[in-house]
Amino acid sequence: MNPRRKKRLLITSALVVGLSLAVGLVLFALQQNIDLFYTPTEIIEGKKETGIKPEVGQRLRIGGMVLNGSVKRDPESLKVSFDLIDNGGGIVTVFFTGILPDLFREGQGIVAQGELLNATQVNAFEVLAKHDEEYMPPEVAEALEGMDHLKTDKK
Amino acid sequence: MWKWLHPYAKPEKSYQLAGKLLPWFVVATVITFVVGLVWGLLFAPADYQQGDSFRIIYIHVPAAMMAMAAYSTMAIAAFIALVWQIRLAEMNIAAIAPVGAVFTFIALVTGAAWGKPMWGAWWVWDARLTSELILLFVYLGIIALYNAFSDKVLAGRAASILTLVGVINLPIIHYSVVWWNTLHQGATLMKFDKPSMAPEMLWPLIIMIIGFATFLGALSLLRFRNEILARESHRPWVSALVTEKLEGGK
Repeated sequence: MNPRRKKRLLITSALVVGLSLAVGLVLFALQQNIDLFYTPTEIIEGKKETGIKPEVGQRLRIGGMVLNGSVKRDPESLKVSFDLIDNGGGIVTVFFTGILPDLFREGQGIVAQGELLNATQVNAFEVLAKHDEEYMPPEVAEALEGMDHLKTDKK
Repeated sequence: MWKWLHPYAKPEKSYQLAGKLLPWFVVATVITFVVGLVWGLLFAPADYQQGDSFRIIYIHVPAAMMAMAAYSTMAIAAFIALVWQIRLAEMNIAAIAPVGAVFTFIALVTGAAWGKPMWGAWWVWDARLTSELILLFVYLGIIALYNAFSDKVLAGRAASILTLVGVINLPIIHYSVVWWNTLHQGATLMKFDKPSMAPEMLWPLIIMIIGFATFLGALSLLRFRNEILARESHRPWVSALVTEKLEGGK
């Protein structure tokens, strides 16, 4: 390789490496802010690395699994409440008034946006359903029902 | 080792090679699209959770993957263009960028159409969606920058640098669902584990991915040929080609 090309190769490689490093550091610094939501455990105990807890009255998003048997609907109105749980074991109750997405059901992952009422309660104004990356026909899902990682529709 | 490649540094040779490859890519695209779409949209079973809505995957995932594949290709070309100063590599960037931008746009639009019925929202500012939107802006920036210079040597170099700068976004898009809490689900295919999708749904998806890859190839080849002709328009071989076509048409 002639020296001029070698020099250009070095400069170009340095550009890519330097830039990756810079962006990597920025993302590392912003790590906590890029998360779309808090998990229930993070709301109760604070973020894992920093220990920062959300304040009461703060607008936030919470994401977790709907705890089985925790969905309570008001027969008179659209009010609904349910508990969210994650691997850490924290449980946070979410209150919501409105129509839930079609995928909402017990055992489903959801993301709710709202205001933190107190350490374990969130008043949500938006509930979004999170679906997983597994795709299969209903028969297969039925056959696999009972396995831990599956959130089958029990209708 | 790379000797066999050397003739293709000549625009005329590359133009001819692209012309020879083009029909194969077109035929492959038509076949895979017909098979993949009919299979995926009509015969693949509905999803246990999402029902028929999951079929958007047959457009959404291939478009998103090829948007990133197109960018990787451009980044390699940009590196070659900057280090070895091969003009054809710059033309390659200019040829692929608009195709990649459209694929990104398709991925974003089909993603929104999928998000509304499933998640309950057209758009959420989570890491995956935001980084994909940034990819679209990077594409548009490259196209704009390339066209901003009337001196195409300068334009090619500027676009190459911007392409290399933007390549940092690719791993961010891919790992966004791993590194951060996102509403977007994790990877189904591109992981070391086996794909978490039933085989009868997976096959049409793989066919569609191949289809989008050849579609990307076909559009890029077409645009690459145009780009060569436009930038070499003052060369004798181009005039000869035009004369030949004109006389052949009589």
